[in-house]
Amino acid sequence: MTKDECKKVVLDIIADIAPDEDISNVKPDVRLRDQLQLDSMDFLDIVMELRKRYSIEVPEADYQQLASLDSCAEYLTPKFNALAGKS
Amino acid sequence: MLSRIVITGVGLASPNGNNLAEFRANLLAGVAGIERVDMRYMGPVLAGMCHYDPLRYQKKKELRVGTRAGSISIYCAREALADSGVNFEAMPKDRVGIYIGSTEHGTVETENEIFAISKFNYDVKFWSHYHNPRTVANNPAGEASLHLGSTGPAYCIGAACAAGNMGLIHAAQMLRLGEVDFAIGGGVSESTQSFGIFAGFKSQGALATHDDPKKASRPFDRSRNGIVVSEGGCLYTLERLDDALARGAKIYAEIAGYCVNSDATDYVLPNPVRQAECVRRAVAHAGLAPRDMHIVNTHATATPLGDIQECEALRAVFGEGCPDTHINNTKSYIGHAMGAAGALELAGNLPSFTDLVVHPTINVDDLDPACALPGLVLNQPKKVARVDAILNNSFGMLGINSALIVKRFVP
Repeated sequence: MTKDECKKVVLDIIADIAPDEDISNVKPDVRLRDQLQLDSMDFLDIVMELRKRYSIEVPEADYQQLASLDSCAEYLTPKFNALAGKS
Repeated sequence: MLSRIVITGVGLASPNGNNLAEFRANLLAGVAGIERVDMRYMGPVLAGMCHYDPLRYQKKKELRVGTRAGSISIYCAREALADSGVNFEAMPKDRVGIYIGSTEHGTVETENEIFAISKFNYDVKFWSHYHNPRTVANNPAGEASLHLGSTGPAYCIGAACAAGNMGLIHAAQMLRLGEVDFAIGGGVSESTQSFGIFAGFKSQGALATHDDPKKASRPFDRSRNGIVVSEGGCLYTLERLDDALARGAKIYAEIAGYCVNSDATDYVLPNPVRQAECVRRAVAHAGLAPRDMHIVNTHATATPLGDIQECEALRAVFGEGCPDTHINNTKSYIGHAMGAAGALELAGNLPSFTDLVVHPTINVDDLDPACALPGLVLNQPKKVARVDAILNNSFGMLGINSALIVKRFVP
């Protein structure tokens, strides 16, 4: 998985958990909370959807890694690729 | 001297109407709102489903995070506020009370979560972090408070199927106590989303079946065979009379009297002695006599025994000397809307103060002699000379009874 593909995965999840938001122009280097109406429960939703859909676990200590699309891609892409390597 | 309390707005979601005008038109036209739906684990069941547009007032995210009962509450509250004509934005929000009767809450959401984790081998790490805010007993009122930005008291009154009346009664009490200056009160139900409620009634031998869904809810008919479970809601705006008059509000009715009591006899079976006592006390509380009740909306749910027992209670109170008392039933159209039932059924009758028509109990093809009360209005609407007071019965499991009387507003 590339980092761009990883960002697409995260954006697809955000589209489901924040269905009123326009996600067509999300800036990858800006904190998601600064450009979208997302609260702490929504970030738990992102964590839950990663778990449900992709068996990706994000420990609580790493939640800050989900702050922006760029940081998500940086943090999650290796996890996706590690999982792909296992299968 | 207690303040006089009046109803100034109505918002509702019913299986046969999304506002009072639609609901009333269908009651007078004999249009039932029952359909066949597919129920998890059970297959087809009969249910009263609402078809209001939740996105009229809510955002998609509110719907995703919240509950069906919360959504119904928000829809009904917004509709009632709009109907009342009040300038809600300008109102001190800490002086608004929201009091919502509910039969149960949390059943639906818990069933959904268990179903969801069943797809993950019951691993609870997939259990939603929304489970607790969705299942707390104040959820329906709390969601309405969040949506409206209303910071006064907002909570639910759990009173089984007597709850719809209780929301109104509690609102009137809080206005009289001066705890709030404006109240939103009534009842809601999301019970159609819970297989457990259907399965429970089925195991109890109390779930209606019929080839034609619209004929399935048939109180007082000899062939009745149980309850049609429905969802819905009805919330009213209530105010002290002086406040309502000061803002030139339209007044639907005045709260005249009420009573809430308990059977203390059985988990499920009703007690006609206590029901009659509840009705008599409500009538006395209103300062009226049984013959002054021009409409009696029965609670009857179409169970073989329950209908007879309510009729026994009503015969004891209205059997003699009440020539102008007309008795009807609204569940025959919409099924049993559980926590919303009392509030919705009262709304169906409110227009009688102005149109002087009593909507009938429909689906009575063969009246059970044990239910043949004097004054029953069957199958056809009845034009009457006057409607000055309406008695609304709502009874529930664990023996809770509520009777609410509203009267024509006379300054």
